[in-house]
Amino acid sequence: MLKRYFENISWVDIFLRVFQIAAITVIVVGIYNTVDAAKYTSAQWATLVFAGLAQGSVYALIALGYTLVYGILLMINFAHGEVYMAGAFTAVFLAQYLSNIGFLDSNPFLGVIALILLAATVSTLVAVLLERIAYRPLRGAPRLVPLITAIGASFALQYTFRGLYGAEFRAYPTVEALRGLVNVFGFEVPLVQLVVLGAAFVLMFVLWLFVERTKMGKAMRAVSEDKDTARLMGIDIDRVIVTTFAIGGALAGAAGVFNGLFRPQGVYFFMGFFPGLKAFTAAVLGGIGNLPGAMIGGLLLGVIESLFPNLILEGLGIPSANQLRDAFAFTMLVLILIFRPQGIFGEKLAEKKA
Amino acid sequence: MKLDWRTIARNGFLGGIVAFYLSAIGLAETFSERYLIGTFISTGQLFVTVGAILAGILTARALKDQENDRDSYVSSLLSGAVSSLPLIILIFLIEVLVIRQIDQEVVFRWRDMFVNFSPVLVEMLTFGQGLAVGIPLLIFASIILAGIGAALVLLPDRPRVALLNAFIWTLAIGLFSENVTQILDQFGGRVVIRFLFQGKSLNPLAAILIFAGAFAVAYFRVHKTVQKRWAKMPASQQKRNRTIGIVLGIILLLLLPWMTGQFLSQALFMVGLYVMMGLGLNIVVGYAGLLDLGYVAFFAIGAYVMGLFTSTGPLGISDLNFWMTLPIAVLIGLVAGVVLGFPVLRMRGDYLAIVTLGFGEIIRILATSDWLAPWEGGPQGILHIPNPSFFGELMEKPQEMYYLVIAGSLLIAFVTIRLKDSRLGRQWMAMREDEDVAEAMGINLVQTKLLAFSVGAGFSAMAGAVFAARLGNIFPHSFNLIVSINALAVIIVGGLGSIPGVIVGSLILVGMPELLREFTEYRFLMYGILLIVMMLFKPEGFLPDVAHKRELRGDVDEFAEDDLATSEA
Repeated sequence: MLKRYFENISWVDIFLRVFQIAAITVIVVGIYNTVDAAKYTSAQWATLVFAGLAQGSVYALIALGYTLVYGILLMINFAHGEVYMAGAFTAVFLAQYLSNIGFLDSNPFLGVIALILLAATVSTLVAVLLERIAYRPLRGAPRLVPLITAIGASFALQYTFRGLYGAEFRAYPTVEALRGLVNVFGFEVPLVQLVVLGAAFVLMFVLWLFVERTKMGKAMRAVSEDKDTARLMGIDIDRVIVTTFAIGGALAGAAGVFNGLFRPQGVYFFMGFFPGLKAFTAAVLGGIGNLPGAMIGGLLLGVIESLFPNLILEGLGIPSANQLRDAFAFTMLVLILIFRPQGIFGEKLAEKKA
Repeated sequence: MKLDWRTIARNGFLGGIVAFYLSAIGLAETFSERYLIGTFISTGQLFVTVGAILAGILTARALKDQENDRDSYVSSLLSGAVSSLPLIILIFLIEVLVIRQIDQEVVFRWRDMFVNFSPVLVEMLTFGQGLAVGIPLLIFASIILAGIGAALVLLPDRPRVALLNAFIWTLAIGLFSENVTQILDQFGGRVVIRFLFQGKSLNPLAAILIFAGAFAVAYFRVHKTVQKRWAKMPASQQKRNRTIGIVLGIILLLLLPWMTGQFLSQALFMVGLYVMMGLGLNIVVGYAGLLDLGYVAFFAIGAYVMGLFTSTGPLGISDLNFWMTLPIAVLIGLVAGVVLGFPVLRMRGDYLAIVTLGFGEIIRILATSDWLAPWEGGPQGILHIPNPSFFGELMEKPQEMYYLVIAGSLLIAFVTIRLKDSRLGRQWMAMREDEDVAEAMGINLVQTKLLAFSVGAGFSAMAGAVFAARLGNIFPHSFNLIVSINALAVIIVGGLGSIPGVIVGSLILVGMPELLREFTEYRFLMYGILLIVMMLFKPEGFLPDVAHKRELRGDVDEFAEDDLATSEA
């Protein structure tokens, strides 16, 4: 019995197992050292966690777009990060205007809603155009073809917006009403982070209602289950796909505004690339094609990214750990795909994703 | 006369939107002063005219089969008129939003948002005549241009091809005027330069001559006559002439840098570098079907090995020379290919692409970080990497390095050709077609995949090492994702799996942008659009490999018929 078991495992399995053990050892040693050294107070850790949650909710909203499209077309919309950029970059001008005339401070709620609406509209438009021009003619083509198209679309969108709005960074104004700290479980947390987190949850809930309770949502689920059967049932596949892209785009646009609200770094034409990749990581983390998975994956990734450089890398004695933050997210992606390619909530997709 | 209004309107709008887009992102205005012919046709105008010409071409194409050409022409002209509509809207948008705000105190300046909605653009679109005269002029010009577009479709074959040729040659010489000047300069052709160009732009007279010349050559089918004479030759003579041709080609290849001057040699060097990388990536993506977006990682590894081993600066760890380090760089590249290939052995398709992309970024971020800075320089990079020397002769000019990349490319091409039809090459292709079936046929997937990654990585490392030796100093930010995408675009545009394709792709995607330095800002926009357009209309690339063409075109039936034909034979 045992002999047969050993005959069946290849040296690739052994290598991957060793790799897993090594990765876990590194993580555990790092965490142990950091905690042991007690360099940070619990309040500082809480700050990191909440910042991570806010960032994570942005990732989650973008990740939903990846997951929705993947669920239906089995395709990674590589240009989704650019959809997010399009909304955020457009809305920054409205934000600056509203801030200049004082509207954003006198009516913060309406102001932010207007920003979200504008960003969502632009992002939706871009996503739908993208589907129409770049992806629809290629449905049924070999898988490599739409992926390359998506890479091309990503570049084309970045430099289109660079040409349209210029190459400078543009910062979102700070909203007076969202300043200040709130006490949560005895920790001081910036209000804006909580608002972003809450708003993201509201949007996710609306999406859940849409997918579960409307006819279109039902059609989407049917198409993701089996395209041909859905077509036979009288579902207009093209409409479902366009709707999917549109919803993904709207969520990404909203995410762009949230990102602008709590990150002062400003927006520019290349801003969508890394969040796009990280959101993809989040979608994979949660199990691609799975909506709650994308949400939790996003939040988790945000927290990991904010916490782990300090938690693990500093424990290992690596200086300026925050420089490696991006590398960390990608390492996470690699590790997930090695350890558990179906993600936290994903079904076995091993056959499907080939 | 019955006109198909829907086709007219649709194609007209399509063309107009293209022109609107190109103007709105600034292509029209940025190059409004870059004249092609005299001082009246500029590159910027060319971008604006694309819309109307496109409208004419599309409409003429759609209505080509109509009984008389007159209807098609009329329809095309009408769609040209339609295509001016988006531009007119653009003019009014700029008038209302931007020009009105110019001297006013406003809270929100539209020009801050749409940076390219400038008064200059309006002036350009209205030919500097003001709105009342300019807009009718614009409509008129669009109609004429659409007529030219339609003529390029509807004319009988001979004048049509001749006209196309004439346009392309005239515009190309105008566009590449600087490079033509450099080449002519090398031969002391001062008089010719003075006759051809005024500044960067073509002399009107020269333009007419070039136009007429190209038209005549194509119209009288000079190449056909040559072909005919060639066909009449006896076989022995053909063979002799072919040998002479090949020898002349090689001599030309060797003399090329000395004919073209320093600047063009540098461009040729970059082309050769990407040929090396492209051939390597071709093995991974084209033969083995593993979409690797982190290819730059190996390029970076090769460059850093070269830097660390040969640098005379404080970071150098040995005093080996270029030739001793090159094999080491390749060897480390091979190993790196295996190491990075291992974790992704079980991944396929899109996942593989994203993870390899992640690897590329991880390597770059690590190279930039302060953590590793004591060993490899961090963001400051490695300086003082000596140029290679050849029998005591220091190769510091781009002309000399050109020979190095030619030699490298030939070596890699040789290895690739030998590998392609070897057992390993056929295993790669079997794996590309279907991993499961390949495994069932007894192919060791692990070994085959790792070898593909490893060989590709080795070639890339070689290119990286040469790159480092040429530049003399390397910085982590030169090894970003763009390099990977570049290499991928090169092999896709040329044709996956095809060696001549890599060379053509590299000439188009690396050579052309090096020559058209003026377009640097818009280089990646053109890349992106080119990738999309290629995938939509010609997914197999310009010089496709036969098997890939079938696959990417989805011609399954043709494949079956071929099989049938061979089995019957």
